[in-house]
Amino acid sequence: MIHTLVQLAYIVATALFIFSLHWMSDPKTARNGVYAGVGGMMIAVLATWAQPEIVHHAWIVIAIVLGFVVGVPLSQVSLTAVPQRTALSHAFGGAAAGLVGTAKYYLWLSEGPRTSRPSAWSRSSLEIVLGYLTFTGSLLAAGKLQELKWIPQRPVTYPGQNFVNLALARWWRSASARTSCCTRPAPASASLFPVVSVLSLIFGVLLIIPIGGADMPTVISILNSYAGLSAVAMGFVLDNKLLITAGALDGSSGLILSIIMCRAMNRSFTNVLFGAFGQVQATTAKGEEKTYKAETVEGAAQILEQASLVVIIPGYGMAVAQAQHKVREVYDALRHKGITVKFAIHPVAGRMPGHMNVLPRRGRDPVHRSRRDGRDQPRHAPVRRRARDRRQRRREPRRRDRQEQPHLRHAHHPGRQGAHGLRDQALEEPRLRRHRQRALLRRPARGCCSGTRRRWSASSRSS
Amino acid sequence: MGAHEVPAIDLPSMLFVFMLSTFIGIGVIRRVSRLLHTPLMSLTNAISAIAVVGAILVTGADYPTHIRFLGAVALFASMTNIVSGFLITNRMLKMFKTRDAGGKAAPK
Repeated sequence: MIHTLVQLAYIVATALFIFSLHWMSDPKTARNGVYAGVGGMMIAVLATWAQPEIVHHAWIVIAIVLGFVVGVPLSQVSLTAVPQRTALSHAFGGAAAGLVGTAKYYLWLSEGPRTSRPSAWSRSSLEIVLGYLTFTGSLLAAGKLQELKWIPQRPVTYPGQNFVNLALARWWRSASARTSCCTRPAPASASLFPVVSVLSLIFGVLLIIPIGGADMPTVISILNSYAGLSAVAMGFVLDNKLLITAGALDGSSGLILSIIMCRAMNRSFTNVLFGAFGQVQATTAKGEEKTYKAETVEGAAQILEQASLVVIIPGYGMAVAQAQHKVREVYDALRHKGITVKFAIHPVAGRMPGHMNVLPRRGRDPVHRSRRDGRDQPRHAPVRRRARDRRQRRREPRRRDRQEQPHLRHAHHPGRQGAHGLRDQALEEPRLRRHRQRALLRRPARGCCSGTRRRWSASSRSS
Repeated sequence: MGAHEVPAIDLPSMLFVFMLSTFIGIGVIRRVSRLLHTPLMSLTNAISAIAVVGAILVTGADYPTHIRFLGAVALFASMTNIVSGFLITNRMLKMFKTRDAGGKAAPK
């Protein structure tokens, strides 16, 4: 009876987890997603705890309290440190799976074949390898992200690396096969169990060592996937469907994120999946020799002034240098001059997927608004005050005229031409010509340029 | 012994569950906004700490002490994940939220 109730509670918890991820699709509902996740987790914990097999409660309470004591400070880290925290958290998840697998193994060893089935052994070795591999791999990744001195930032490669990995894999395979072949655990195979565990721990290190700091977004996603898969393996060991479903959700999330990361970096997913990071990176670095042009501050200011469209692409450096406010100032200054400013964020910018979408939020700069709904004007920027003011400042024709004759939109700046020197006129002329041409080109199919139209309608609404 | 387990589910049906939930996960997560990838990762992190279920089963059951100790360490690790994962996700999302609310409250 109670077992049926527990299974029902597990179904509810699974549904809540799915809803939790579903609500993450929109920033408006995302917080409901968190609450649903918390609810699902509480249901799962309480339902498990209520089972009649659970007879010792003291240790559970102690472990949960300790978890809170460590977990709460861990959630208060600064946002630039979020990747490290995530990696550390994957390490905890992997450790949990590995430890439960180990505990189960020794339990079967002490109980004999009465409660165990032959297939359970291979499942538990799978859980152990995934768990421990995630544990050391994530610890190393966290160390790299934290930039600890004794962990090399550069990818570590050596000749015959794949050979060594393969040899270790075969060794692990044979050892785990010997521990798991027989239905009745023999003392000889039990002595091989530590070998299996240690090899799994080494795997994690070998997997992460050849990866440089720049590839961390991909690595974190993959480790996320591994952490989920180790929970799935635990579900197979414990015959628990909740573990399987929740772990699979996590595993697929890591999978999708790493595919997105790979696509954004023009790397094939299979290469990353099989751990050949170092080699791939070396070849692509040689293959592409793109040139770039550095610019002085004065030169950059000049170029920005003359541009009609500026796209700012913030990177992790901006967040580390706390330059969000300066970027905001530049943004405001450019908007004052009537220059369109847009923000573009590369999917792998920052150190974990979507990192740059979170970081600038502290600086109150308009990144997310421009990304989300196309309104690239901040609410408090002076350009938004009133349509008429803006029009007068920019010497634009009235809205009605613009709609009738779109090529007039940027025409004739009588005040400006007088105020500026000859040099400005010369610079202004080609720019205006370009604008007129564009406007003329756009005229037959105005429906396509919805961005500009929306901006106008937004400003007219506010007037 | 206390190991009277739930009637064992057979392997194929568990694989079936695994396959279906993977597809659900892929379908759901594909639609997650790019803005929210970092919070999503913390959230799935917290959800993958569902390993807490296994840890409780090992810690609380009538097993030898050293096995229960391993379970307690695992329980501590996953509980840390749950707490910090949900809290930090909430913290990040709060930042999205206040920005929206601020924009609505002061339409100037």
